[in-house]
Amino acid sequence: MAKITKANSVGEWLDQRLNTTTFNKVMMTEYWIPKDINFLWAMGVLLATTFGILLISGIFLLMYYKPDVNLAFDSVNYTIMQEVAYGWLFRHMHGVAASVVFLIIYIHMFTGIYYGSYKQGREMIWISGMLLFVTFSAEGFSGYMLPWGQMSYWAAMVITNLFGGVPVIGDALVVWIRGDFNVADATLTRFFMLHVFLLPLVIMALIAFHFYTLRIPHVNNQTSEEFDFDAEAEKYLSGNKKESKVIPFWPIFISKDLAVLGIFLIFYFYLVFFHYNFAMDPVNFDPADNMVTPAHIYPEWYFLWSYEVLRGFFFDIAGVKAFDIGLAAFGFANIIFVILPWLDRDTKILPAHKRPAFFIWFWILMVDLIILTIWGKLPPTGNNAWVGFFAATAFILLFVLLPIVTKIDAKKRGE
Amino acid sequence: MSNETNRRDFLGYTFAAVAAVGGAASLVGMKQAWDPLPSVLAGGFTTIELSGIKAGEPETFTWRGKPIFVLKKTAEMENNKRDLVIGEDRFTVAIGLCTHLGCIPAWKKTKWKCACHGGEFNPSAEQVFGPPPRPLDLPPFSVKGTQIVLGEEGPEYKKIAAAMKNA
Ligand code: FES
Repeated sequence: MAKITKANSVGEWLDQRLNTTTFNKVMMTEYWIPKDINFLWAMGVLLATTFGILLISGIFLLMYYKPDVNLAFDSVNYTIMQEVAYGWLFRHMHGVAASVVFLIIYIHMFTGIYYGSYKQGREMIWISGMLLFVTFSAEGFSGYMLPWGQMSYWAAMVITNLFGGVPVIGDALVVWIRGDFNVADATLTRFFMLHVFLLPLVIMALIAFHFYTLRIPHVNNQTSEEFDFDAEAEKYLSGNKKESKVIPFWPIFISKDLAVLGIFLIFYFYLVFFHYNFAMDPVNFDPADNMVTPAHIYPEWYFLWSYEVLRGFFFDIAGVKAFDIGLAAFGFANIIFVILPWLDRDTKILPAHKRPAFFIWFWILMVDLIILTIWGKLPPTGNNAWVGFFAATAFILLFVLLPIVTKIDAKKRGE
Repeated sequence: MSNETNRRDFLGYTFAAVAAVGGAASLVGMKQAWDPLPSVLAGGFTTIELSGIKAGEPETFTWRGKPIFVLKKTAEMENNKRDLVIGEDRFTVAIGLCTHLGCIPAWKKTKWKCACHGGEFNPSAEQVFGPPPRPLDLPPFSVKGTQIVLGEEGPEYKKIAAAMKNA
């Protein structure tokens, strides 16, 4: 056993037993962050905070929500909204945070792409981040189902039906996932379990893992400059703070994060109190009815781009069914970001504005994603169908071309 | 020394074997826990009376929570291999879930149109436009006079199902 002596303070008492001093050093005061990063790097802290809000507001909702097809709708729209003190607030905080969390995830993700933070040595950061994105998507979808409104119901119908595209076992798989021939009570209760227990557990584990992946390669910076973190930390600790390229996470760096967080929270609570509706579809205020499909269904805004890739291919090409092309494209859209580190053939880590071809690629991708998102919500008829088709094709082409685009940049620099 | 190692190895293999059997058994159990319950499977049968249906105006019934379209064809509507012929009348019987992603298409004068992604089905329930990969599915049924019972596979159903397969 370690040597335990009489402690003079609570801190010392804990330190002797839990080694809190070292822990604080490793996690906070000697966790080094490059000086040269901007507000876009604060998204991690924003996400952690938003997840905290989701967790806490979720616990309060959980106390009144009833996972039963006959009770679910009223437990949300009557009990929580009308009867529970501040129930409306918890619901809106939960709903708005669920939407905003995706906005921040996307910013976080595209910051990473812009500055090349997924490249050589940082692949695990990127992969664990993408795993988080996928789990968050499953979490968002399973939560969307719970109020058992019309949109919830039909979203569940469409998403579970997607598994019917799996060869041979597809139909049986759909029945198995639903636990019924239709989206029904068994489906609701199992998605409830996923949403309030299993997926949050996985998310928390992945968040811990995502943080850990940063420890060895360290966080990237605005110029993607590579430097020796140990040497820079040494400089800082010896008092040479001005010359050192790093600062400690706590208390120096976090102050900047907290400033950004403050602004974000003002925006977030503005939404919660004045625009909580933006993420709520009026159709979802009709109770689920398995005999009537709403005239036009679409997912939440953050899934629209991949939804549009799915339905962009509306006609058969070379004997392949439109349905299969759509599913394949959808699958492509969902895994392609994961393998991004290997599609980028540029041997250097550089921000996009120092890689001319990649810079253009990046902004075309942004525009394409915005188009997909907008058209994902429009009815898929006439010209809209064609816009969807071309935008979906462009999306796929962009990733097919990425290895070439990145090679061109490397060549131009003479590598 | 080598003796010692072998003993450890043996323990390791034994543990691996026990863990593999236990793991496989657990997976089977977990898979079955997610299967539909017996009460769901028993699902019941639905009887539909066809005599009251007006030609050209499809009706929707419910079977196992799914919508079932029954259309009595008018004289102008084409003959099809999946027509259920009862006396003089020809019927289209179909599960009313779009074969694309499962929305319920709505009848618009001469065809079913799916609002979700624009799929269209003709009066014989065949896909004529958009992403649906195949005609609306045929529910199992048997014929009793002017009634059909959904959930049983009668000879008429088998004939139509076979004809659809060979097409
Ligand atoms: S679900 Fe009908 S066209 Fe997609």
